[in-house]
Amino acid sequence: MTSAVTTPQVIEVRDLCKTYDDKLVIDHLSFTVEPGVVTGFLGPNGAGKSTTMRLIVGLDRPTGGEVTIGGRHYADLPRPLRVVGALLDAGATHPGRSAYHHLLYLAQTQGIPRTRANEVIELVGLSDVAHERAGSFSLGMGQRLGLAAALLGDPQVLILDEPVNGLDPDGIMWIRQLVIYLASQGRTILISSHLMSEMAATATQLVVIGRGRLIAACSTDDFIERASKRSVLVKTTDPIALSELITTAGGQVEPGDEGALIVRLLDAAHIGALAARSGVELHELTPQLASLEDAYMEQTHASTEFGGHRPNGVSPDLAASMPGATP
Amino acid sequence: MSVAVPTPTTTDRAGIDFPGILRAEWTKFRTVRSSIAALILLVVISVGFTGLVLALTVSQWDQVDDTQRLSIIADPTRTIIGAGFQLGQLAICVLGVLVISSEYATGTIRASLLAVPRRTPMLVAKALVFAVVVFVVSEIATFMAFFVGAAILHAKVAVSIGDPGVLGALIGAGLYGAMLGVFSIAIGAIVRHTAGGITGIIAFVLVLAPLAQLLPGTVGEHIHAYLPTVAGQLVVSAHQGADDLLTPWQGFAVFSLWTAALFLVANLMLKRRDA
Repeated sequence: MTSAVTTPQVIEVRDLCKTYDDKLVIDHLSFTVEPGVVTGFLGPNGAGKSTTMRLIVGLDRPTGGEVTIGGRHYADLPRPLRVVGALLDAGATHPGRSAYHHLLYLAQTQGIPRTRANEVIELVGLSDVAHERAGSFSLGMGQRLGLAAALLGDPQVLILDEPVNGLDPDGIMWIRQLVIYLASQGRTILISSHLMSEMAATATQLVVIGRGRLIAACSTDDFIERASKRSVLVKTTDPIALSELITTAGGQVEPGDEGALIVRLLDAAHIGALAARSGVELHELTPQLASLEDAYMEQTHASTEFGGHRPNGVSPDLAASMPGATP
Repeated sequence: MSVAVPTPTTTDRAGIDFPGILRAEWTKFRTVRSSIAALILLVVISVGFTGLVLALTVSQWDQVDDTQRLSIIADPTRTIIGAGFQLGQLAICVLGVLVISSEYATGTIRASLLAVPRRTPMLVAKALVFAVVVFVVSEIATFMAFFVGAAILHAKVAVSIGDPGVLGALIGAGLYGAMLGVFSIAIGAIVRHTAGGITGIIAFVLVLAPLAQLLPGTVGEHIHAYLPTVAGQLVVSAHQGADDLLTPWQGFAVFSLWTAALFLVANLMLKRRDA
């Protein structure tokens, strides 16, 4: 615990490139991940999130550029699990080996006492099945075991690739609480997702990529702000008159669906007052706040690998679950 | 749900802990069923086939052709151990490939390499642990097979553990098994797929030797003699046979060189390739 607070570790990704079979999947990517906050790593499926994470922990060799953690390459860490915990894919366990033995051998490589294996098993809620073959585990239990492995060395840095995959709502809530708590202790946390909503619930910083390129690296609030087009949806019996009133008052009007008007640069109260004063009948007056989802959609639109397959108006969450969207 | 994260009590942050990595590889090995099953198979096949083949040989002694009869008389130890170990060694080959290829098949390799990102210590520890285990189990199988085989063969040819070269051959069988284990791990690490790896090692052990024997003249003889397992198996002889180009220990040295070369290639590829 104290180690996490006293030696904060920054992840620095510098000009990272990776090609597979001559295809550039990571394209001069640079960003930093700071300690003390949860950083969301966001991008559509196939954007290169998992690849980037594999490059951070040295499973893959970069074609160009480099990654350091606290100023060192991952491979130079003598006992890396005590510095960096990574959950990359839930399937990284032998189906014939028990959860306890999986954690035991990892602990042995780092000089971590075997009692710690039991501690993390309890922490992730696998005590009842600790000695059962991992092959009998559900996807969610596998994720919990992967998380236990990541937490084994009490690391200052946590790298979690889609950790909520396969978890039930309880498990999702629990992971959110856990990462926020761990970040509050001064740890560095990078957590990837293709689900914008998931990031909205946990991450205060965002790194957004698409097609291996950086789209945004900023606070979550800034990200929404940047893409936000605050507007008001108005329905009226007399759109022509109302449009004139709004334009005169300095607003912008454009037609929306079903005869509605989309108004910018004026807030709802202002529009309501204008209408009341002129006796124009209003049927609806709804402020439209850009959600994180909208911001994400807008900023990643151009870089969606499978954008061509996605029908208009479908959220990335939904699009990701469609057959054509899975890489 | 509690989110408290307990701290490990050890705070030592020194360099790579190789004994720890060895312990980890031993844990990995002993905690999957296929390991134990293959080792039991190694003993059962070695002892069983030695008994079976020698019982048949003794009962058909008058039909056995002269050259074969002479070679049995010349080196009964080689006959006894070779009868069972020829087949039993396949268990070592399969298990050797599996201990590394199954890590790729299951994704465990990623967990392993996250823990040992330098990679070489992991491969060396894996080979060492497997070599020691195979040595011990091969010795158990060999001594059992020898006593069973010698008792059966006693009716026609007497051989005792005190005869010149016999004890060396019996210990040599364990060394051959251990080296074959490392050889198999190297193949498994290069190929990374279970089926491909097993095919590769079987080709080396069973297919290459008879093929090389088809080559004409002394060139063919030399190629055959220097094949890894052909040379390696000489160590299971009590003394150099009349047709052998190499002495038992020269043969083992040739096999060791093959293994070392293959292991270096495996290590280089492990370090260079994406996991």
